[in-house]
Amino acid sequence: MSAQRWRLGEGGLIDRSRVLPFRFDERLLHGHPGDTLASALLANGVRLVGRSFKYHRPRGILSAGPEEPNALVELRGGARREPNTRATQVELFEGLEARSQNRWPSLGFDLGAVNGVLAPMIGAGFYYKTFMWPAAFWEKLYEPLIRRAAGLGRAPQAADPDRYERAHAHCDVLVIGAGPAGLMAALAAGRAGARVLLVEEDAALGGRLLSEAEEVDGRPGAEWAGAVEAELADMPRLRILRRTSAFALLDGGVVAAVERVADHLPEPPAHLPRQRSWKIVARRIVLAAGAIERPVVFGGNDRPGVMLAGAVRSYLNRHAVLPGRRAVVFTVGDDGWRSVADLLRGGAQIDAVVDARAEVPPEQAQLAARHGLRLVAGGRVTGTQGGRHLTAVRFADAAGREEGVGADLLAVSGGWNPSLHLACHLGNRPRWDAAIHAFVPGELPPGLVVAGAAAGRFSTHAALADGAATGLAAAQACGFDAAAPEIPRAEDAPRDAVPLFHVPGGRGKAFVDLQHDVTDADIALAHREGFRAAEHAKRYTTLGMATDQGKTAGVNGLAILARLAGQAISEVGTTTHRPPWTPVAIGAVAGPHRGRHFRPARHTPLHDWAAANGASFVEAGLWYRAQWYARPGEAGWRDSVDREVLAVRNAVGVCDVSTLGKIEVAGPGAAALLDLVYANTISTLAVGRLRYGLMLREDGFVMDDGTVARLAEDRFFVTTTTANAGAVLQHLEYCHQVLRPALDVSLLSVTDAWAQLSVAGPRARDLLAAVLDPGPDLSNAALPHMAWIAVRLGGVPCRLYRLSFSGELAYELGVPADYAEAAMRRIMERGASFGVTPYGTEALGVLRIEKGHPAGGELNGQTTARDLGLGRLVSTRKDCIGRRLAERPALTDPARPVLVGLKPADGRTPIRAGSHLLEPGVAAVTANGLGHVTSACFSPTLGMPIALALLSDGTARLGQRIRVFDPLRGGDLEAEICPPVFVDPQGERSRG
Amino acid sequence: MDYSIFGLLKNALTGNRLWAPVWRDPAPKQRYDTLIVGGGGHGLATAYYLAKEHGITDVAVLEKGYIGSGNVGRNTTIIRSNYLLPANTHFYEKSLQLWEGLEQDLNYNAMVSQRGVLNLFHSDAQRDAYARRGNAMRLAGVDADLLDAVTVRAMVPGIEMQDARFPVKGGLLQQRGGTVRHDAVAWGYARAADRRGADILQNTEVTGIRVEAGRVLGVETTRGFIGARRIGLAAAGHSSRVAAMAGLRLPIESHVLQAFVSEAVKPLLDTVVTFGAGHFYVSQSDKGGLVFGGDIDGYNSYAQRGSLPVVEEVMECAVTLFPAFSRLRYLRQWGGVMDMSMDGSPIIDRTPVEGLFLNCGWCYGGFKATPASGWCFAHTIATGQPHPLNAAFRLDRFATGAVLDEKGAGARPNLH
Repeated sequence: MSAQRWRLGEGGLIDRSRVLPFRFDERLLHGHPGDTLASALLANGVRLVGRSFKYHRPRGILSAGPEEPNALVELRGGARREPNTRATQVELFEGLEARSQNRWPSLGFDLGAVNGVLAPMIGAGFYYKTFMWPAAFWEKLYEPLIRRAAGLGRAPQAADPDRYERAHAHCDVLVIGAGPAGLMAALAAGRAGARVLLVEEDAALGGRLLSEAEEVDGRPGAEWAGAVEAELADMPRLRILRRTSAFALLDGGVVAAVERVADHLPEPPAHLPRQRSWKIVARRIVLAAGAIERPVVFGGNDRPGVMLAGAVRSYLNRHAVLPGRRAVVFTVGDDGWRSVADLLRGGAQIDAVVDARAEVPPEQAQLAARHGLRLVAGGRVTGTQGGRHLTAVRFADAAGREEGVGADLLAVSGGWNPSLHLACHLGNRPRWDAAIHAFVPGELPPGLVVAGAAAGRFSTHAALADGAATGLAAAQACGFDAAAPEIPRAEDAPRDAVPLFHVPGGRGKAFVDLQHDVTDADIALAHREGFRAAEHAKRYTTLGMATDQGKTAGVNGLAILARLAGQAISEVGTTTHRPPWTPVAIGAVAGPHRGRHFRPARHTPLHDWAAANGASFVEAGLWYRAQWYARPGEAGWRDSVDREVLAVRNAVGVCDVSTLGKIEVAGPGAAALLDLVYANTISTLAVGRLRYGLMLREDGFVMDDGTVARLAEDRFFVTTTTANAGAVLQHLEYCHQVLRPALDVSLLSVTDAWAQLSVAGPRARDLLAAVLDPGPDLSNAALPHMAWIAVRLGGVPCRLYRLSFSGELAYELGVPADYAEAAMRRIMERGASFGVTPYGTEALGVLRIEKGHPAGGELNGQTTARDLGLGRLVSTRKDCIGRRLAERPALTDPARPVLVGLKPADGRTPIRAGSHLLEPGVAAVTANGLGHVTSACFSPTLGMPIALALLSDGTARLGQRIRVFDPLRGGDLEAEICPPVFVDPQGERSRG
Repeated sequence: MDYSIFGLLKNALTGNRLWAPVWRDPAPKQRYDTLIVGGGGHGLATAYYLAKEHGITDVAVLEKGYIGSGNVGRNTTIIRSNYLLPANTHFYEKSLQLWEGLEQDLNYNAMVSQRGVLNLFHSDAQRDAYARRGNAMRLAGVDADLLDAVTVRAMVPGIEMQDARFPVKGGLLQQRGGTVRHDAVAWGYARAADRRGADILQNTEVTGIRVEAGRVLGVETTRGFIGARRIGLAAAGHSSRVAAMAGLRLPIESHVLQAFVSEAVKPLLDTVVTFGAGHFYVSQSDKGGLVFGGDIDGYNSYAQRGSLPVVEEVMECAVTLFPAFSRLRYLRQWGGVMDMSMDGSPIIDRTPVEGLFLNCGWCYGGFKATPASGWCFAHTIATGQPHPLNAAFRLDRFATGAVLDEKGAGARPNLH
């Protein structure tokens, strides 16, 4: 077992009784529960963790939280590999495997580091200025090189084996962050009786209390947090979501959050998802997200061993790790002195405290004196030394005298930036607070308040008081009340600091954005070249666009820009805070809606029957429809389809058309509404009769077609195409509710209530007579074409509509969905002697093409009624939606393509839909295009391929030849233009 | 100074201190021959082509914020000319040809990357519709190929072909399509227009358009009145509001469209891919981030932010099409305001106000159009007549019915 040589002998919130083995770059190491990967690496003395994006500089661990720009690893392996994972947020688990990334051949020796030598040439935006000569080289040489260099980690190559869930939560008060402010807010709101949801990104509650050596109410902060947690856990109306990042604030008080349910485990257990994405709807939101410490930009500020001062305390106090034995502390104010004290307590030697303030407060000066520390007041760190790790720090005193000391840790405190991101997601801008040298929330979005450090109030006392007040006020706003909780005793020390963001003129590169390798020189270059707007500078240098989203870089970048422009930071502006607050797994947001569960599957009531009878299924919108029913001995789908078509033409077939949209339109105003939405007149339809209905869009083009049956004077049954079922209902509702609100009509989708079976073929009537309960007169006189009657089947009330899509004698039998399978069985049983054959959508398609009925290929939203040969249906005696705009010149232009039929001139060569039509012998260019093939099939009835097409001057060209050109698929043939109805043009069969 | 490798070298040796501003920051003159309202890609390109193609250099581009702050800086960077309707095919093909020569033309590398645009199809009907479109492209002299499922699988490893709700049956490929570094388009055109004499006036918001006796006289701005003989409006996203200053009511609704980018990962996707079973498209940038786009949110808005359902929809499509994307993280999302026209196609035309020209209605296809839009708008402004390439993009086509409705969605802008 390797020794954790940097582990402190005592303290910390770790479980020393258990040892967790893990691997980093194949090396076996050990840590404890309570460690993060970062703290465990530090405990084992691993300082070099990653390489930077552009210059491949050696990088270590800067922070202890979500802001980490450097310590990114590939976590886990195989299909569970997670690139770019922040070691500072990964909870250590047994057997964890992590690898460094963006280095070759190894982390210690990375050839990409040669880029650092080229740095003067490859500064900000260099690529816009070169790689242009010779022109052909960009795509063949330069860009492939750039692409190969880009990216950090490697994505997994196999499908994610884990599960994800989506959940919704509603609450009165949502508290984001469980530090001192958040805990108090939850306590106050919870005690008042409000429904409270407390979300915390960390595994443990307490926030900075877990990292600071300070007391609350006379006991250690972590202990106090534990006591509050215990009280909260007992509140029945309060729920705690830990390991949960609230990552977006959306309009309407909606917060999106992601819960890392099982990321702290080697693998999710079978009953748990890996992550769960939450949509939280809250009446009030308390944002208590804390603050992020700001580094200072100085030469060599990226060397492993340079660490945020607050992170140093996290590692010391929470994880019991000594991040360095010889430390220099560089601080802009009081805050860094806390690290001085904690480092001393942890046993580190402090060689110098460089305090940017010219005058250091007496108690800190005394602390330095007491421990014999070198105090450099008014000082600046100007450079660092070291190869893969920090070995020395150079600094200058107030007079500018430079010197260096050996060090393996440089703790840097540049002040704190409130984590106000969510308060800005709805477009609100933060405000620069000159007192704390940081942005604080400005005008707040409705329903949201900010508490504690996130509001720029940094002392623990302020956080506690703020949390109590905001939590109670939020509960009160929701109608709950209680006495304000007592504010526990806690430190309320001043946070004196001077604004220092940047030490110009130091030695070596001074990084603003560590991950993207954006230096102060890059920002200066952007400014020099006119990219002076904050957004321009950001986009030109890529500052803040790395995986850490600029959490440590943004304000320093603005400060440098402001200095260059001679402006105040408040004048330079801010960059926009957009969701997500922290990078979120794509799979978590997708939840379970992936693969076969991407969209719901709709099955007709006859689905199982069809499956049992050899059907192949095809997706039709959300539906699965029987495409054909293969029989033994058939060589391919064409055999089945041809057989099914011929069965309909010669005997009788039955097809499941339950997917058609079905709508009941009822009420005294029903006929008037239908007259408005259909181009033809519906109000004149007699009860007991059917009519083909054509619907136009507002802009005059055809929207949909179907049939309308009048069930009673004030009741209609309307069918739509499968594809437009939803759209037509929506359209009807719109027309009713918005255009004709005075009409007394109700609309009801009955698509799922009725199974609809098409029974078609010369023996259809005989079959139905054998199947239906005795009684109804099915003769032509009693039930003519386009009429309907009520019938019974096995005692079940059904409807029989006589209508034909295939051109044959045909009916649609409406059966209540629950009885559909029984009806189908009876049809097959009793129809056997008539040769009944189930047919699928392919045969349905062939039958309608043979009959010249427009469907999907023709009803494509670009055709008019006249184009489709349906112009006579548009009533001129009444108004309807689309009628006026259908009269526009371009829609009535006689040169518009119209529907025609095509037969291959050789009688054999298949025609493909999507082919274009040209006059034979002319050049194949756009200007000569005459139209296109809309639908095509092999017609077993005619024994040859046929097609429908939209053709300019089509009627005049009947009988002529046309070139059917399909260069995409190598098709080129001549076809004869014929009328679009190939079978029974007089329509006698359907009336027979 | 011209950009070149030698310039980079020279500047590297002199500490990069000699670089000049990429464009000047001049004070507004009292009067210009031509004003362009909107310092986005289209406006800046218009200024450039006015100078280059028509010798008109007394031009100012007025931008209320910083240049490129609208949709040229918030899109999914895709370029293509795979359109069905002839007017669109020819226009976008002109654009693609201009993209192909852009670096040399502007002396600025906007990283035009012709890595192919692949539209997947999942049904016979979709295949036929794409075949119709691809054949239309071929007739127009544009490259198009129809791929079968096997070829798609070989070309784009990682696409789920087996366990799919809507299995991929093939795709329509335009190999010459691809991506461009979007911000650089604005900067490149700005620099090139500036070098030819155009004034780029940032932080100059137009607050009114002065019209007298049916012709434009100039604009009121936050920096005072600026007179002009001709004014071109190129303020897509806010076209309706700008045109209203001249009393025009446009056939446009404003909608928000979101886009997303993931953390940077090593190259895994070479081609732009669109999903045919959901509204979703994806490409990988040269920096390694996966760029995702989806459908518009569906309600009218001027806010540059969207709602959660579209985020969920886009991520569902992403992991359904590419199951290995599931563990990658998305990093940033943003919303752009779209000028949605009533037929999904743009408007580049004169207006009833003499001297006032209109460039708007780009729906969510404006970025790829940038060069041709500027080129055609410059022609229209300079000659007073539309070029044949934009002759169909008329303002009055909704009255005549000569609409350009690629998708057959009708006058429902949220469906385009």
